[in-house]
Amino acid sequence: MPKDGGIGASSKRREDIRFLTGEGNYTDDINLHGQAHVFFLRSDIAHGVLNSVDTSAADGMPGVVKIFTGADFTEVGSIPCGWQITDKHGEPMQEPRHPVLADGKVRHVGEPIAAVVAETLSQARDAAEAIVVDITDLPAVVDMKQAVQDGAPKVHDDLTSNLCYDWGFVEENKGAVDKAFEDAAHVTTLELVNNRLVANPMEPRVAVGDYARGTGDHTLYTTSQNPHVIRLLMGAFVLGIPEHKLRVVAPDVGGGFGTKIFHYQEEAFCTFAAKACNRPVKWTSSRSEAFMSDAHGRDHVTKIQMALDADNNFTALRTDTYANMGAYLSTFAPSVPTWLHGTLMAGNYKTPLIYVNVKAVFTNTVPVDAYRGAGRPEATYQLERLVDKCAHELGVDPIALRRQNFITEFPYATPVAVEYDTGDYVATMDKLEEIADFAGFDARRRDSEAKGKLRGFGVNCYIEACGIAPSNLVGQLGARAGLYESATVRVNATGGLVVMTGSHSHGQGHETAFPQVIAEMIGIPEEMIEIVHGDTANTPMGMGTYGSRSLAVGGSAMVRATEKIIAKAKKIASHLLEASEGDIELKDGAFSVAGTDKSVAWGDVTLAAYVPHNYPLEDIEPGLEETAFYDPSNFTYPSGAYACEVELDPETGHVTIDRFAAADDFGNIVNPMIVSGQVHGGIAQGIGQALMENCAYDSDGQLLSASYMDYAMPRASDLPFYTVDHSCQTPCTHNPLGVKGCGEAGAIGSPPAVVNAVLDAMRSGGKDVGHIDMPVTPARVWAAMNG
Amino acid sequence: MYDFDVVKPATVAEAITALGQDEAQPLSGGQTLIPTLKARLAMPSVLVSLSGIEEMRGVRMGDDGQLCVGGGTVHAVVAKEAQAHYPGLAGLAARIGDPAVRNRGTIGGSVANNDPSACYPAAVLGSGATVVTNAREIAADDFFEGMFATALDEGEIVTEVRFPIPEKAHYEKFIQPASRFPLVAVFVAKFADGVRVAVTGASEEGVFRWSEAENALSGTFNVEALSGLSLPGDSMISDLHGSGDFRAHLVAVMTKRAVGALV
Amino acid sequence: MTEVKMTVNGKPASGAVEGRTLLASFLRDNLSLTGTHIGCDTSQCGACVVHVNGEAVKACTMLAVEAEGADVKTIESMANPDGSLTVIQQAFQDHHGLQCGFCTPGMIMSASSLLKDNPKPTEAEVRHYLDGNICRCTGYHNIVKAIMAASGQDVSALAAE
Repeated sequence: MPKDGGIGASSKRREDIRFLTGEGNYTDDINLHGQAHVFFLRSDIAHGVLNSVDTSAADGMPGVVKIFTGADFTEVGSIPCGWQITDKHGEPMQEPRHPVLADGKVRHVGEPIAAVVAETLSQARDAAEAIVVDITDLPAVVDMKQAVQDGAPKVHDDLTSNLCYDWGFVEENKGAVDKAFEDAAHVTTLELVNNRLVANPMEPRVAVGDYARGTGDHTLYTTSQNPHVIRLLMGAFVLGIPEHKLRVVAPDVGGGFGTKIFHYQEEAFCTFAAKACNRPVKWTSSRSEAFMSDAHGRDHVTKIQMALDADNNFTALRTDTYANMGAYLSTFAPSVPTWLHGTLMAGNYKTPLIYVNVKAVFTNTVPVDAYRGAGRPEATYQLERLVDKCAHELGVDPIALRRQNFITEFPYATPVAVEYDTGDYVATMDKLEEIADFAGFDARRRDSEAKGKLRGFGVNCYIEACGIAPSNLVGQLGARAGLYESATVRVNATGGLVVMTGSHSHGQGHETAFPQVIAEMIGIPEEMIEIVHGDTANTPMGMGTYGSRSLAVGGSAMVRATEKIIAKAKKIASHLLEASEGDIELKDGAFSVAGTDKSVAWGDVTLAAYVPHNYPLEDIEPGLEETAFYDPSNFTYPSGAYACEVELDPETGHVTIDRFAAADDFGNIVNPMIVSGQVHGGIAQGIGQALMENCAYDSDGQLLSASYMDYAMPRASDLPFYTVDHSCQTPCTHNPLGVKGCGEAGAIGSPPAVVNAVLDAMRSGGKDVGHIDMPVTPARVWAAMNG
Repeated sequence: MYDFDVVKPATVAEAITALGQDEAQPLSGGQTLIPTLKARLAMPSVLVSLSGIEEMRGVRMGDDGQLCVGGGTVHAVVAKEAQAHYPGLAGLAARIGDPAVRNRGTIGGSVANNDPSACYPAAVLGSGATVVTNAREIAADDFFEGMFATALDEGEIVTEVRFPIPEKAHYEKFIQPASRFPLVAVFVAKFADGVRVAVTGASEEGVFRWSEAENALSGTFNVEALSGLSLPGDSMISDLHGSGDFRAHLVAVMTKRAVGALV
Repeated sequence: MTEVKMTVNGKPASGAVEGRTLLASFLRDNLSLTGTHIGCDTSQCGACVVHVNGEAVKACTMLAVEAEGADVKTIESMANPDGSLTVIQQAFQDHHGLQCGFCTPGMIMSASSLLKDNPKPTEAEVRHYLDGNICRCTGYHNIVKAIMAASGQDVSALAAE
């Protein structure tokens, strides 16, 4: 029987009510008294010397309040990067200055050059068109391999080259890895592209800056996954505003997928301009603007090789990746192709020797940073495409080859520095065989062939590392921040609770799922618990939501704070019950004395805490409010196995996803309905990457996919119902909930299954092309089939 | 958008007068024009809204057996009301864009804009329809003059499109996955005296008739009649979504499928 | 500026607008009906779908002056008068047909139009009807399921959770 509340129940989401009735409060719904609007004049040239910005014709135009250029920001800090990578020679990465408004040069299409603040957005845009910008064009560098050639145009003149870093991991293993390749019975090589994507949360970014002259207080309302991070980065590094004079609010946020983690120039601008203009300043991104100003994702070019012995055991893996950073370093960009990618290259396999090389490259493109999965999809895609290719070269079953090389004993220390605490890859593959109906495939293929279509079947496994932390480890790896999470649990006098969390919900359903945990711990209805998030003024310092970390890290902080609450409440109860504290038990919302029928209700204890008439004031303080900061001892390692079945139209090259199944191990589950929803959404994004999404530039650095007219967003009619299962559960061993995180799995685990299936379909049509790059568009399939 | 005034005439005559102003431009359903204005790719001073002109709306059978569709008729209405008379046309209208777009976009606007990837021009050309304006009647073969170019004069509007009704017709569309416009689509209409094949989405020159296919199908109306026929890829649109060669190939495939749906 | 008058959610509404003011902006900025969202500028995403004279239209692709005299319904009018959810809204909650909620108003408005025209749509009909509504969170699985459930169809066997 499904539970009707608490951990494991599919509680309906309470936040849905406001969203279903149009009563959400998104940043663009915020309009402050006296607010002005800003329009950013953005570069339409990818690379050039910015000779002058003449605003004289625009200054007096109707509605114009003030016009800003790079010159106004010379005293303002650079948009900071939050992670420093040390290269294979022990040197720090090259780190360019990132101005709020372009200064001296423009380095990508979309870089803001000037900002017009006016009474209305239309007036601001009208005036922006009157600004005369003089740019001397320079050759743009777009292709990563060309960018690192001698003589390539330099994106940043003050850096030695376009190479941000050349990272070797683990550098000391390189010799042993190369030796293993020399000794291999078989080597499989694969070159592939992980296509550049745009995250495209449906809500475009918005920022509203406000400033109170009377107090000197700044407020920024912004579409962020982590308001405390924005406050720290923008306050301390860009604008020089101490935290106590800066409040950052991220209200309802319409999806993030990574791209709303980062601190952007527009946030700093609106905060700065609100003070300079002495009135609120609002920026609302258009979708077209978003394509050239939101950080992009992926964009890796990789050569990967597997060495196998004569018995088809994986003996060594090596991979060379070029990772695009774009023109500047976005907040967490350097960490994505390194610590979030290299450390996952073991995958689900006991390959004993691994070497990863990553060259991060500056180009005249929009900065690239974390997008749902962030490094792990890139690792999974390479590895799982490669394993499939190995199997076909060796003439063995791809699933059998995977099973043969699975890690089966835990904890397992990989050769790439991480230790998987738990997992059961055999179980998830077994579950996949069942739910994906492997047995029925041949019959379905015959049906497709009778219609003139080809049918293909593809599988892959994945492992990911979630719940990023521990802080002391990531500090050694170059993170310039801690990665704990926080929660304050405030119990009210009449027994209701408010949890103030540093995690942020922008679709994940924290407002529903977090109360389920506390309801289970105390034994009270979920409705008695409210979650507060998204405002630095009323939540403890927390690092926010990304990397599937909210429940594993933020939820754990909440558990720890609740444990403190319960401990104190037991003390109060022991006083009220005149019993020893050690004899007090909490069950179903009541404290009782073990072995007696004496009890006191939760509400009576909480009331006593705030009306301490009969209360041990000499021993404990009144009140019932506790804060905890949780810093995990390891990552969590969700894993799973995915299967995709495609039908391919050989005449047009069109691929239809006919069936998709996912068997995931997320450890313990708090709300199965929400978990399934997270997997569905991730799968759709993974299928989108595999089949249609592609952020493309031409060789001059012009963005070709600059709107929804050319960037293909998956629609309902492009996708099937998915079969998802998360009954395989090996609980995380090191957090109090035993949870692992589920937000990114779908996007990590699905692209290789799709491409493996497409290649299988093509083989069944007599065409073995070895590999096809994503997105697997009809044009590419047709070209491959007829090449 | 740049600012502009909007006038809402009640008759065609008033609309034509209003369009005589400097930098005036007609606004039909706006499903293409408004996104264009948002991108500031057009700068009219006056938009003359055609949506209030009752005489330009509706689907009716003419005395001569042609289906007359008012220029201001939205796609959703054509999809519903043409079904009994000309199902091939209704089927095309029912799959333009998405439901909300079909409730605003009009046949007159689509035909006058002549987007190289629009659906309606294929039906108009493929049916050998007559484009009726406030001033004259223009045969479809003379109306479409290349990408975004038509025989319309400045200030002239499409008030009606008259479709001869073929024995049967079918529109086969292969969509571009981002815009959901046709990457390539083909309208095949079989009349008693011959077959017309109109192709949209493919050519740099906009909608065109594939005369080779028409000749073959006018001889024998079956899929086999098309075997071996192909178009050169070098005059086709080549972009992010497909090369000219791919589009040329798709024209042949879509034509075969359209014919296959009719035999 | 032009004075525009229309009926919005059953009540008379008016305001001064420019020729270029979009219906979506009029609803959001003049009337503070911020449930209608703007997610793109090329008429693809459908977050702005409202009903004009009973038909679904994209409020970001219609000028406010074009709605003169029209009967406009937005997401704010879709619940029952006592604030409780109507069948379609309830189905979205029951089947987890929304996550971040940004596309949701458009989805509800489109779903309601679909079910008015087609009270028992098939899965394929639902999916095609949503061609003009983009959701980035749900992968559409639970949206399609919710709409079919709202039409009274049994969705328990459609696909495993």
